[in-house]
Amino acid sequence: MPTFVYMTRCDGCGHCVDICPSDIMHIDETIRRAVNIEPNFCWECYACVKACPQNAIDVRGYADFAPMGHKVRVLREEEKGTISWKIKFRNGKEKNFVSPITTKPWGKYIPKLAELEIPNKEALDSQLLCFEPNFLKIDTGLPELKKERLKQGVYY
Amino acid sequence: MITINPFSELSEFIPSIAMQAFVVVMIILVVVGTLMDIIHKKNVKHFFDNAKKAKKSATNTVSAGKKASIVLKTVASDVLTTSELAGKRRISHLLGMYGTIIFWVTSAIMIFNYSTPESLTPSILPVLWHLGVIMTCLGGYWFWFFLRVDVVAEGKPWFRVVKADLFVLSLVVTATFGLVWSYLQAAGVSGWDTLFLVLFTLSNIVLFGGVYWSKFAHMFYKPGAAIQKHLAEADGSRDDLPAPADKPKQFGLGIKREEPRHY
Repeated sequence: MPTFVYMTRCDGCGHCVDICPSDIMHIDETIRRAVNIEPNFCWECYACVKACPQNAIDVRGYADFAPMGHKVRVLREEEKGTISWKIKFRNGKEKNFVSPITTKPWGKYIPKLAELEIPNKEALDSQLLCFEPNFLKIDTGLPELKKERLKQGVYY
Repeated sequence: MITINPFSELSEFIPSIAMQAFVVVMIILVVVGTLMDIIHKKNVKHFFDNAKKAKKSATNTVSAGKKASIVLKTVASDVLTTSELAGKRRISHLLGMYGTIIFWVTSAIMIFNYSTPESLTPSILPVLWHLGVIMTCLGGYWFWFFLRVDVVAEGKPWFRVVKADLFVLSLVVTATFGLVWSYLQAAGVSGWDTLFLVLFTLSNIVLFGGVYWSKFAHMFYKPGAAIQKHLAEADGSRDDLPAPADKPKQFGLGIKREEPRHY
């Protein structure tokens, strides 16, 4: 479901170019408006959709998932700290959700990875990711899902 | 220099009627270029299709009076103060926009009313003309060197010229050549003033003749898009966007986004 840009709304501010994790939002050389240069590489993270101050970016749903007129639209209101979602189904039914942008003070809880201790060889060879037990607060190792806790029919 | 009408001085060599004919030809070029642009890009058709779609998904009806008030508010806010843009881009756009309007309007007034050697031009007109030219240069060069998004957000050098630059570049070059020509003519530097007059004329032809290929016509489309956006907000269709969150600060702390400069 790649993103696309409504040209009449885009003012070419560059927020989507800046935020796209795949680096596929660029500025068109002819009209100086944002454009998704590689729709195949878009993994629908919605970062650009949320970041666009003009609400000029939308996501085009594939026909099997979002047939004929289904829409997912997003409104980000920084001053309220909210992101509102509107799902419009093809029969006209709508669902609306509001979620927070963040619930923690902005920029305060960014992990300072440069200040962490350099992992030793044992840690590097481990299947765990760097400092995974600490960040997940699981000093005793990754939790294991016991077979008897699975519902019948889920496993063979 | 700033109180001298450059067109009155010029009329000693070029007849007033020729200057007036040049202005008329430039206006015709803009009209023809914009019409060709409309036919080629089908953007007016897009506007009307969008308006029809919005009408279908409207949740309430907007009276004619309310519509007129929305149009007036949009003109006062989005068009006259460029509220769509923010920060430096807005200031630069306002400088360029008002500079250009003053430059063009005073040019037309001076060419059609005070372009004979014996005409006495009210000194406010040449002062405004020079002020308009300087404002256009300030806004235009600021945009050119620092604010163009592919230069700022994509880290491209300022001297990289693409088709999208045709409008801004021809506009600032026209204003610059006009300013230099006015100075040289007032200072009586013959030869050089003719050169800059020719450059000023050529850059005007590129600016007004290049409407079909440049972003010149954005000054007609953008107000239309802004009016449509506000009408869609009023009739509840909102381009299918969610309504604003009704519980401000329910979640949050509110944040201020950073400027896009992380290339």
